[in-house]
Amino acid sequence: MNDPEGKPLEEAPLFLPASRLQHLLDALVRAGFRCIGPRLRDGAIVYGVLDRATELPAGVTDIQAPGSYRVGRTEGPRMFAWANGPQALKPLLFSPHEDLWHAERRLDGGLEFIPDLPNADPLAVIGVRACDLAALALHDQHFLHGAYADPYYARRRSELFLVAVNCSHPAATCFCASTGDGPCATCGFDIALDELDDGFVATCGSERAHALLAGLDLAPATPEQVSEARRQSEQAAQAQTRHLPSRNLREALFANLENPRWAEVAERCLSCGNCTSVCPTCFCHREQEQPSLDGSSSAHTREWNSCFARDHSYIHGLTFRPDTRTRYRQWLTHKLGGWHDQFGRSGCVGCGRCITWCPVGIDITEEAMAICGSRT
Amino acid sequence: MNPYLPYEAEVVERVQESKSIVTLHLRLTDAAARSTYHFAPGQFNMVYLHGAGEVPISIVSDPHDETILGHTIRIVGRVTGGLAKLQPGDRVGLRGPYGRGWPLQEALGHDVLVVTGGLGCAPVVAVINYVILRRTFFGKLTIIQGVKHSDDLIWRERYTYWRSLPNTQVLIAADHGGPLWPWHVGLVTEVFDDARIVPERTFVMMCGPEGMMHAGVKNLTGRGVAEDHIYLSMERNMQCAVGHCGHCQYGPDFVCRQGPVFAYPKLKALFGVKGF
Ligand code: SF4
Ligand code: SF4
Ligand code: FES
Repeated sequence: MNDPEGKPLEEAPLFLPASRLQHLLDALVRAGFRCIGPRLRDGAIVYGVLDRATELPAGVTDIQAPGSYRVGRTEGPRMFAWANGPQALKPLLFSPHEDLWHAERRLDGGLEFIPDLPNADPLAVIGVRACDLAALALHDQHFLHGAYADPYYARRRSELFLVAVNCSHPAATCFCASTGDGPCATCGFDIALDELDDGFVATCGSERAHALLAGLDLAPATPEQVSEARRQSEQAAQAQTRHLPSRNLREALFANLENPRWAEVAERCLSCGNCTSVCPTCFCHREQEQPSLDGSSSAHTREWNSCFARDHSYIHGLTFRPDTRTRYRQWLTHKLGGWHDQFGRSGCVGCGRCITWCPVGIDITEEAMAICGSRT
Repeated sequence: MNPYLPYEAEVVERVQESKSIVTLHLRLTDAAARSTYHFAPGQFNMVYLHGAGEVPISIVSDPHDETILGHTIRIVGRVTGGLAKLQPGDRVGLRGPYGRGWPLQEALGHDVLVVTGGLGCAPVVAVINYVILRRTFFGKLTIIQGVKHSDDLIWRERYTYWRSLPNTQVLIAADHGGPLWPWHVGLVTEVFDDARIVPERTFVMMCGPEGMMHAGVKNLTGRGVAEDHIYLSMERNMQCAVGHCGHCQYGPDFVCRQGPVFAYPKLKALFGVKGF
């Protein structure tokens, strides 16, 4: 794969016929991975165990709007003719609830601290979206590449094989093109697929994927297939109607801390925290203690928290953010401002989930625009 | 390395400072952990009470002895209440130290002005002790303490002792003084005049209620103290102490990582704005 100067050569994409998608799943299983992929369950597309390619949501699409998500039928055989469900990769790596360690009291009164690291089996995820890869890169930065690496996240992360599928059917809520994070996956995947009617253009993104694909003995994609895939991605980008600039909105936001819009959005916002749960980049979590009944052992756990929760800003008798106005303001000024200082980019990857899953349909792009005005 | 995992520590000494304030001197029981432990004044540890949870506590003892770590604990909830009841020999969990401490290297050779408000403000006690033990390396030490009510003042003997040291001044103000209150009655900023601050020679280190710090900064910059010579110790909800859990965020900063001690210019944009 390397030319004499050691630079990786651009590898020609392959063509994976739809009928042979099962071979890819089988090869992953042979390589030791458990496969999960999008499945239709209770009226939503969510990740589930994927044994057969036929379990993928063929002929299904999603219809998303502020405060609304439903699935519908679509013409044709495509399995990825939808945008995204409520989950990103986040719950797979950063568990919504987990034990960190437990403390046991010895008979002599001493304490022993025992880590409760997860058993992470090799996991292959099929159907990862570009926005989710961008969010994953941010969580890698947060949980792995800061001053302290999180061993719980690290375990799960190191066992992950990612098969991305570039979006051909963005939802009305998607705006990844404007944030620069989609609809086409550009890095961070093992394999990226472009779905055409009769199969997939497959791009290899890692050494291990190279070995795996080689075993499938696929033909190179034709120039027509490659250009059809490219055209499809361009169309998917152009179809998006919402926009949010990816540049730093910190100045604009912080110059507007007293903008009346914060109070106005707080009138609508339920402070439920749905947005932070579905957001693939939100990382806040609370730590808690669960002592056993006899008191000899105590589990130290963590679970997702939200800046919309009252306890988030609470310290002895004082809640720094007592109302929805200050909580929504915290969320937005952090997501679109503070993240630039913390991570060198915006905390929004344009997935649109917070718009869809907000019970009252608050739209981050609209709020940012209203608050920053022409400065966006 | 699991950054969330505490080490066992033993209570070697317990001092009841006041009804609601206790100092615990803790020693890591594991020799290896003890020998690699180093801290700077102003940094904090996460102290764990079995079955109850962890709390961030500032280290008040001097770094010349890093094997016995002093923690002054104010009872504000379940965990601190339980910790305050511990006795010598009892075991807790401890991990740290975390955050950034006071700019003591930069302050060498300068006057140090400590401004604190409220009850037993541990972070600045570390500064005072540090300067006192190395008295000749610093210029004038001024300790200004504000309290709401004269009864709130703890460590009265300490103030008397500090006052007796060379080149050291103690000024105390209570919003409400009682009978026989020897100090000033009124706002803490009202005693700043008596401190006869030489702005270009002074490093300010502050902790306490943010309203007080806000008034303090305004007053001091008005006297010509450079903003980047004013340092504040901030308090926010801290649960992980390693920059992961998100609770301690103050604008773009994680108080547990970029703080708890900040140079004022870092805080300036949001300081005093409600909701951050
Ligand atoms: S803020 Fe909303 S649109 Fe942006 S990444 Fe989070 S959930 Fe997606
Ligand atoms: S935000 Fe972009 S990458 Fe994510 S689902 Fe929508 S179109 Fe696909
Ligand atoms: S205490 Fe968790 S991020 Fe600072």
